[in-house]
Amino acid sequence: MTVQELPGAGASHRSTPPPAWRPRTDAAPLLPDAEPYRVLGTEAADRLDPALMLRCYAELVRGRRYNAQATALTKQGRLAVYPSTVGQEACEIAAAMVLEEQDWLFPSYRDTLAAVARGLDPVQALTLLRGDWHTGYDPREHRIAPLSTPLATQLPHAVGLAHAARLRGDDVVALAMVGDGGTSEGDFHEALNFAAVWQAPVVFLVQNNGFAISVPLAKQTAAPTLAHKGVGYGIPGRLVDGNDIAAMHEVLAEAVRRARAGGGPTLIEAVTYRMEAHTNADDATRYRGDAEVEAWKAHDPIDLLERELTARGILDEAGITAARDEAEAMAASLRDGMNADPVVDPMDLFAHVYAEQTGRLREQAEMLRAELEAEDQA
Amino acid sequence: MAQALTRAMRDAMAEDPTVHVMGEDVGTLGGVFRITDGLAKEFGEDRCTDTPLAEAGILGTAVGMAMYGLRPVVEMQFDAFAYPAFEQLISHVAKMRNRTRGAMPLPITIRVPYGGGIGGVEHHCDSSEAYYVATPGLTVVTPATVEDAYGLLRASIASDDPVVFLEPKRLYWSKADWSPEAPATVPGIGKALVRRTGTSATLITYGPSLPVCLEAAEAAREEGWDLEVVDLRSLVPFDEETVVESVRRTGRAVVVHEAGGFGGPGAEIAARVTERCFHHLEAPVLRVTGFDIPYPPPMLEKHHLPGVERILDAVARLQWEN
Ligand SMILES: Cc1ncc(C[n+]2csc(CCOP(=O)(O)OP(=O)(O)O)c2C)c(N)n1
Repeated sequence: MTVQELPGAGASHRSTPPPAWRPRTDAAPLLPDAEPYRVLGTEAADRLDPALMLRCYAELVRGRRYNAQATALTKQGRLAVYPSTVGQEACEIAAAMVLEEQDWLFPSYRDTLAAVARGLDPVQALTLLRGDWHTGYDPREHRIAPLSTPLATQLPHAVGLAHAARLRGDDVVALAMVGDGGTSEGDFHEALNFAAVWQAPVVFLVQNNGFAISVPLAKQTAAPTLAHKGVGYGIPGRLVDGNDIAAMHEVLAEAVRRARAGGGPTLIEAVTYRMEAHTNADDATRYRGDAEVEAWKAHDPIDLLERELTARGILDEAGITAARDEAEAMAASLRDGMNADPVVDPMDLFAHVYAEQTGRLREQAEMLRAELEAEDQA
Repeated sequence: MAQALTRAMRDAMAEDPTVHVMGEDVGTLGGVFRITDGLAKEFGEDRCTDTPLAEAGILGTAVGMAMYGLRPVVEMQFDAFAYPAFEQLISHVAKMRNRTRGAMPLPITIRVPYGGGIGGVEHHCDSSEAYYVATPGLTVVTPATVEDAYGLLRASIASDDPVVFLEPKRLYWSKADWSPEAPATVPGIGKALVRRTGTSATLITYGPSLPVCLEAAEAAREEGWDLEVVDLRSLVPFDEETVVESVRRTGRAVVVHEAGGFGGPGAEIAARVTERCFHHLEAPVLRVTGFDIPYPPPMLEKHHLPGVERILDAVARLQWEN
C-alpha cells in the first residue's frame, strides 16, 4: 500500500518527502561476485607471472611441510597445541606475500604459518603454542602483531594501527586475518565500521574454512556470503577461492594497493576448507563426514598450482624436488629448534606486568625467589 | 574539576603531538560532561576524534594506535557504558606489555566518569572500580581534588602503562583555588595523601567519598574524635606504606567507598591493614560502602551512598571505650 492509497492521505502527505541525512552510496559496486574468484584452471591463468608462481609454489610446499612438522611436534608433546592450516596454506602464504616490509600483519591464533611466511623465525612463531611465553617475538621488529586468541579482537587493532600510520603520513597497510566464526563477534563488526568511517588502509581477510570448531557456516550466519558483510559498512566485499593461490594473491594484492592508494578497506572472504581437526584436542569425525573431506582433497591448493604450472611447462620434476628439499631442510631446522628445551625463567612472571613493579609484585617476586632458592638447596 | 581535566589534556596535547583524544561526542560537543571542550577546535578532529558509537571499537582501535606509537586518551561516556570494551581492556590493554615481554607497552589512558550522587538514572552511576583493580596490568587512579585531577591526568597520559582514570562525576563541578595558570606539580602515580591529620582513627578513602569523609571528620570533633583522613588517589598501585603508617599511629581504621562492599576495594585494603597492623589495632578494620545492590534509582540513592552518619556510626563501633 502506498501513501496515496492510505485512507485519508491527502495531497499534503504526498508532497513532503522526509529530509535526507546524507547521500547514500550505491551498493552495487560493493557487492561480491556470485562465485568465488578463480584463476587456476581458467583463462585468467594465461597472464600468470611464472616467477611469482614458482615462488608461491615453493612457499606452499614449505607451508604444508611446516604444518606437518608442527602437528608432529604436538604428538611428541613439544607443542601444547597446534591449530593446523593444512588446506589453507594458500590463504596464509598469499597474505604474507602481498605485504611490504613496512606493512603490518594481524594474525589470529591459527595463523602461525602466515607469520612464518612473512619471515618470522619458525621457533619464535611457535612460542605461544609451545608455552614458554605468550609472544616470542618483538611485534614492532617484524610488524606482526601477537597471535590473537580471543576471536576477532585483533581486527580493531589493525584498524587503529592503520589509522595512526595514515595520520602520521606513513605508507603502511594493515592486513588482519579472522576465521568464519570470528565474523559473528562484535569486534569484527566494530572494526569494519571504524575502518570504513575512517577510510583506514586495512584489508580484512576472512578464511572461511567451513567450521568454527564444530559449528558449520550455516549455523554461524544467514548471510549470502561473508563477503556481503562489507556492504552494510560501505566496504567492498570480494569472494575468492582460498585454495587458488593465484587468485588469492591477485585479490589480496589489489586490496592492498587500494588501501595504500587511500581507497580504504576491503573485506575478502577466502572460501577454503580445514582439512584437519580444529586442534589436536578436537574430534572432527563428530561433526563432519569423510565424503566432504575427500571432495576438498580434490581441490588441494598445492595440487591446483602444481597442475597448472606443469601443464604450462613452468614447473618440472626437478622444480618439484627442489621445493620439497627446501621444505625438508626447513622442517629439519624446525625440529632441531624445537627439540632444544626452552629456557624459562620463573622470575619473568613479574618482570613485564608494569613498567615499574608495584610493591605488591615485588613482595610476590621475593616469595617466589625464596621458594626457588629453597628448591635449589633441596 | 572539569576544567582542570580539560586543561590537563590540553597541555598534554600541546606538549606531545602523539597524544590523541577519542570517544563518543568528544569532538564538537566536547563530551557529555564537556571535559574535552575546545580540544577538537584547538587541535583538529584528527587529534580529538568523534568515533563511531562502539566502546570495544574505540578501545580496540586505540590499542592499534598505541601499537603504532600514539598515546590515545579514550573517553568512556559513563561507567556502565565501558563494559562493552572490557574484552579489549582485559585481554589486550592490560596484557600487551606482558605478552610481548615488555616489547609493546600500551600507553593508553581510559577516562571513565564513575559513581553516583548526581541523580542519574540506571546505568549512569556504577562504581566499577573493583573490576579494574582486579585486572593485573592496569593502573587505576582516581582524583578527589581539582589539583589532583590535573596532576594525576597528566601523569596518567605520560605513563607508559595503560591507566584507568576514574573521574568522580559528582566532583566535576567542585571548585578550588587551583588556577589553571599555575598548574600544580604532577604527583607520582601510586602516592596516597593524608588529607587531614588526626589521632583517634583513620578513614581510608578515595574519589567521590573523600569530601564525605572530610565532612564526617569535622562532625566527629563534636564527639571528641580526631579523625585522620587518607586519600588513596591511586588504587593500583596501592600506597600501602602511607596507609599502614597512619593506621599504626591511630590504631583504628574505617575504609569508605561507594562501590559495593563484597569484593570491593575496601575488602582488600582492610585485609592488608589487618595483616600489617594487627598488633597496632585496637579494633577490627571496618568498612562503610555502598550496599551490595545494583545501583538504585535516583530517588533512593541517598540511602545507598555512604554518608556522614554511617561513617560516624562505624567510628563509634570501633569500641571506643576499650
Ligand atoms: C572470544 C572467543 N570466544 C571463543 C573462543 C574459543 N574458540 C577458539 S577457536 C574457536 C572457533 C573459531 O572458528 P573460526 O573463527 O571459524 O576460526 P578457525 O578456527 O576456523 O580458523 C572458538 C570458539 C575464543 N578463542 N575467543
